[in-house]
Amino acid sequence: MTYGAEALTALADPTRRAIFERLADGPRAVGELAAGLPVSRPAVSQHLRVLKGAGLVSDRADGTRRIYQLDPDGLGALRAYLDQFWNQSLAAYKEAVERTDKEPQ
Amino acid sequence: MSTTDTAVHTAVVVDAPIDRAFAVFTDGIGTWWNKDHHILEAPLAEMIFEPHVGGRIIDRGVDGSESSWARVLAYDPPQRLVFSWEISTQWQIETDPEKVSEVEVRFTAEGPARTRVELEHRNLERHGDGWEQMRDSVGSDAGWASGLHGYAAVVGAA
Repeated sequence: MTYGAEALTALADPTRRAIFERLADGPRAVGELAAGLPVSRPAVSQHLRVLKGAGLVSDRADGTRRIYQLDPDGLGALRAYLDQFWNQSLAAYKEAVERTDKEPQ
Repeated sequence: MSTTDTAVHTAVVVDAPIDRAFAVFTDGIGTWWNKDHHILEAPLAEMIFEPHVGGRIIDRGVDGSESSWARVLAYDPPQRLVFSWEISTQWQIETDPEKVSEVEVRFTAEGPARTRVELEHRNLERHGDGWEQMRDSVGSDAGWASGLHGYAAVVGAA
């Protein structure tokens, strides 16, 4: 796998993040994804290509449609999740460390 | 800092002496850990960090239930800490030692009241290919981060 920073870069875009989060609810076709977003269907397709290139999303044929889903084999999504998790956690940790010693712990 | 495919890295600089930085990360873990980030059925009451190699990090619920989700692999205060991450992609305690990842935290004094904290969560590939199941199983409120909403909030904070 060559996924790494691309996954994080791909998710820095709010529309791609919205698409990614919708796919976290289950596999979707392009039309279904576009229906709930304020962007055109071709734009959704373009975003999906980026997500696929970053190893976050895979696709499969279902009759004449293509169904997109989070890539179960890629570590990209897990890495993206943990990256955010630790960034948030360390921000909270920094606040706790810098609280005055008078407060409990 | 380098990034590899099977690890995540992050760092923070805190305005505190190195001893305090280490103590808050370990003994004080319950003061900063997100209270939604546990895999107990009950709400989280407290977190226990056993400060020695072989010690455990334990979440205790308000109903007395416990989940021990990490083992301390290195404990070198105030410079270094390594612990295992024994949470499977099914959001259960991972009992297979081949399938756990690990977290290393290094503390470096940048001044008498300033400390750099670097964190690496590595060996993520050991969790295997079950990320899709992880996604499905966090649909319930019992999942980490109270399910997908919490998950989305975490990812959405990018």
